[in-house]
Amino acid sequence: MELIFEKSRFGRRASTLPRYELPSVEVPEELRRAEPPRLPELAEPEVVRHFTELSTRNFGVDTGFYPLGSCTMKHNPRVNERLAMLPGFKDLHPYQEEDGAQGALELMWRLQEILQEVSGLHACSLQPAAGSQGELTGLMLMRAYFADRGEGEQRDTIITADTAHGTNPASVTMAGYKLAKVETDARGNLDLDDLRAKVNERTAGLMLTNPSTLGLFDESISEVARIFHDAGSLLYYDGANLNAVCGISRPGDMGFDIVHINLHKTFSQPHGGGGPGGGPIVVRDKLEPFLPVPAIVRDGERFRLDHDRPKSIGKVRGFTGPFGVFVRSYAYIRMYGPALREMSEAAVLNANYLLARLRDTYELPYDRLCMHEFVVSARKLKREHGVTALDVAKRLMDYGFHPPTIYFPLVVPEALMIEPTETEPKERLDAFADAMVAIAREAAEHPELLREAPVSRPVRRLDEVKAAKRAIVKYGFEEHPDLSGEVGEARQLEAQKGA
Amino acid sequence: MSQLSLTDSDREQMLEAIGVSSVEELFRDIPEAVRFDGRLRLEPALSEPELVRHLEELAARNVDTTKELSFLGAGIYDHYVPAVVDAVLQRGEFLTAYTPYQPELSQGVLQAIFEYQTAICELTGMDVSNASGYDGTTVAADACYVAKHVTGRSKVVLAETLHPQVRQVVKTYAVGFGLEVVEVPHDGGTTNLDLLTAASKDAAALIFQQPNFFGCLEPAPALAAAANEAGALPIAHVDPVSLGVLEAPGNYGCAMAIGEGQSAGNYQSYAGPHYGFLASKAEHTRRLPGRIIGETTDVNGERGYVLTLQTREQHIRREKATSNITTNQTLLALAGLVHLTWLGPQGLRELGETCMALSAYAKQRLGRELAFPRRATFKELAIRVPGNARDVITAAREYGVHPGYALGRDYGGMDDVLLVALTEKRTPADIDRLAEVLHEVGA
Amino acid sequence: MAAAESYPDELKYHPEHDWARIEGDEATVGITWFAQDALGELVHFEAPEPGVTVTKDSVYGEVESVKAVSDVVAPVSGEILEVNQAVVDAPETVNADPYGEGWLLRIRLSDPAEPDALLDVEAYKQLLQDL
Repeated sequence: MELIFEKSRFGRRASTLPRYELPSVEVPEELRRAEPPRLPELAEPEVVRHFTELSTRNFGVDTGFYPLGSCTMKHNPRVNERLAMLPGFKDLHPYQEEDGAQGALELMWRLQEILQEVSGLHACSLQPAAGSQGELTGLMLMRAYFADRGEGEQRDTIITADTAHGTNPASVTMAGYKLAKVETDARGNLDLDDLRAKVNERTAGLMLTNPSTLGLFDESISEVARIFHDAGSLLYYDGANLNAVCGISRPGDMGFDIVHINLHKTFSQPHGGGGPGGGPIVVRDKLEPFLPVPAIVRDGERFRLDHDRPKSIGKVRGFTGPFGVFVRSYAYIRMYGPALREMSEAAVLNANYLLARLRDTYELPYDRLCMHEFVVSARKLKREHGVTALDVAKRLMDYGFHPPTIYFPLVVPEALMIEPTETEPKERLDAFADAMVAIAREAAEHPELLREAPVSRPVRRLDEVKAAKRAIVKYGFEEHPDLSGEVGEARQLEAQKGA
Repeated sequence: MSQLSLTDSDREQMLEAIGVSSVEELFRDIPEAVRFDGRLRLEPALSEPELVRHLEELAARNVDTTKELSFLGAGIYDHYVPAVVDAVLQRGEFLTAYTPYQPELSQGVLQAIFEYQTAICELTGMDVSNASGYDGTTVAADACYVAKHVTGRSKVVLAETLHPQVRQVVKTYAVGFGLEVVEVPHDGGTTNLDLLTAASKDAAALIFQQPNFFGCLEPAPALAAAANEAGALPIAHVDPVSLGVLEAPGNYGCAMAIGEGQSAGNYQSYAGPHYGFLASKAEHTRRLPGRIIGETTDVNGERGYVLTLQTREQHIRREKATSNITTNQTLLALAGLVHLTWLGPQGLRELGETCMALSAYAKQRLGRELAFPRRATFKELAIRVPGNARDVITAAREYGVHPGYALGRDYGGMDDVLLVALTEKRTPADIDRLAEVLHEVGA
Repeated sequence: MAAAESYPDELKYHPEHDWARIEGDEATVGITWFAQDALGELVHFEAPEPGVTVTKDSVYGEVESVKAVSDVVAPVSGEILEVNQAVVDAPETVNADPYGEGWLLRIRLSDPAEPDALLDVEAYKQLLQDL
């Protein structure tokens, strides 16, 4: 398929703009654009065709089953799109006076209250733009909290699990902390002996997701919390897996002091091909003074922004956060009401059912009931037939499914991390299980089908080595001289005419 | 429940296959001590029509730019978002996909973002762009992190005329990064070059904004030269829709170009979600945060696109990653690409020219004293009003006009300065109306 | 195209999967077949500058494949005389010939006795077996 730049032809244009009978103004010469940017030149019909064709080369939740582990690829209710586009939301300027933004402020305040209720904690900031940013903000809060207590120098280390998502250690470094790791035991819980050996007066806190990336609920979570709190440390909850326990177990009750919630996972903000997301944080009251500014507060029937927060860490993002995301998540939760736990119950039921259907064909590293996701290993297929988790994933595409996450968590070799979510009907789960079983059989009888997969997509397997070595990260106008030459010449004419 | 397909019959069959007798049993590993056995204190569930009614009622209590003639800018602008943007963003294959880790299933997003990267490089004169950052504030923090590692220095210099929230976010991140932040004051509306030169010694980076927060055009090439002289990376925070008429930062000595993408393709939406863009010269590629899409071929030699240079990122490099960013702002960046495609180079230039022509008309028609009379501007102008600008705003809004942003909120000694933004959605008649209203309220 | 598995007899080995060829007071170093096999095809070598001093057991650079990054550890201490530009330009050379064309650094030894502490080929092969 051609790039949009390759479809560009000099003189074509999709836009119409108002022109006013006004004298033109020159940019001072030393600041003036010398050469126009080589943006594509197409009329509207071909613009629409281009992006439509691109979309047909993409697979979303709307297309089919998308069981990426810890991503919670649930259906995104269509009504939310209509709501986010209401003019009162989409055309509202963030610097509008408070009396002209009461609807927005109230919506955010109500969302905060909901998130506090779901987490079992006391204060909330909606500001962080994604889970990773929520993590970093949480670590900044820890730093501010300990500095305020005179323990800032002393507490320089954060402990993460060996099953942790890469964002956890990356956030630790960005927050200026040192990293320590704790191991997972044979049952899939944190190894308490290893933990006790590593927690000391230098420990600022723990970063943990529960259930873990193995889809297992840590049975000793209360003891874990006690170990950290006894050492004067804090606990941070990575909310990536919250879909498993809404209304069933609350992170605040588990002993966590800071929680981030992924609105694009648990609360249905569409993933958008990689984003946007929302990573609000909810905290225990002792951490409230340090939350990003401004806070959204209620004074009777009015809502306002409170900038007077002397202990705040500052700002992690512009304004009060990604408001359009809040509209969708708020609407989503209002559709469920207190029955939100049914969402988690269905998510856990679906995952366990799929696990039951796959456990005889693939290796199960931890013999337990799972929560909303589970990990199997394709190690046997590799050993016996020389096909890998990657090959299984590629072959699933030919069966019409998006593959699960592969090669994560790192503690399981040839890992396939599967999260079906609650919005899949039983027939989809059965079809996926049937495909996984069929692929395992193909591995034994026709392994080339896996190795050559996928064969039914717009492209076959892509050479990632070549991509890394050549590092072509934008269209090469210079390598396509006819196009840029033509544009260049005509551009000069325009420049003479237009200025 | 409209989102769940689970029937009683399904549940029965599934529980049997699992080998438990109830859904409750599936949660048996959760210790009693941390079980929440209560009922979440949430308001009762709403049906879809009720939900729409409730949200419409909330939305109706917001005074948006369809209800008020607005000249409010200050970093987020009421530009026209063309219908093709909405049409593309509603394609479920884009809307409901996630990070393109499986490229064979994601050529749509991958190619679109490759095109976006190209467009950003074209606008900014840079060699490589990432696939977006969270917004125009966080990309400044990202850029500081890059500069720290490239130069090995631990001080960053920010122009005071850089958006106040951008500076605030940089300062928040600087604590964990171990960076000292120094601000350079303005002089008559643009950055004082002498003070900047002095501050840039031993700095990792200089970040300035073009056009700046006051709407003024900075002497950008001179600022970049001063930073380069001092061995600091010059980083320009730019308005994407100004780059049809203003020179690209890559062409006047900048190492990186960053900015808030909202003006190109996103609704204001009470500040989000939007996208931040970040682009640099080739030599900094390996230090860039965020995803980067690269071109390659498949086993048949067909051209295709993949995530590349992933070893920079958190899922591989973990604690040594160039950033922790994972979820970014892809859909909004796609909107930016569609918007820039809709505009084309002629449209982008016309858009810039129109904003400037409207600003010039406003200067003349409003007839107010300019706060920075000797400075060229782009799409915003700072005017002086009698008394406090905040009072003028309150008074003008009684007439259905929001006259602009009160600069005194962020800058000392400017309580009487109003920042008026002119986008292509404002007309000369709108400006006449503003003049009328300001007169009416005695401003 | 990756080489066949081999561990030359005349080399000394470091437990972090690096090798050293000692010639007088100079050493040539690189990564072993095991290391390049674990990484896959190399796409980048982040090399130090000539003239820099490396210390035994410390990290002096990185090698990257598409999916992994690995620190490269100095098996011996000394001043870097030369960095293999051929590998910087074409990192896959290490996969094709890890002990020959795929050498990474030439070092002038600061302590000629230091290589004695390294593993010989049998000890290294034993280490690999125990992994």
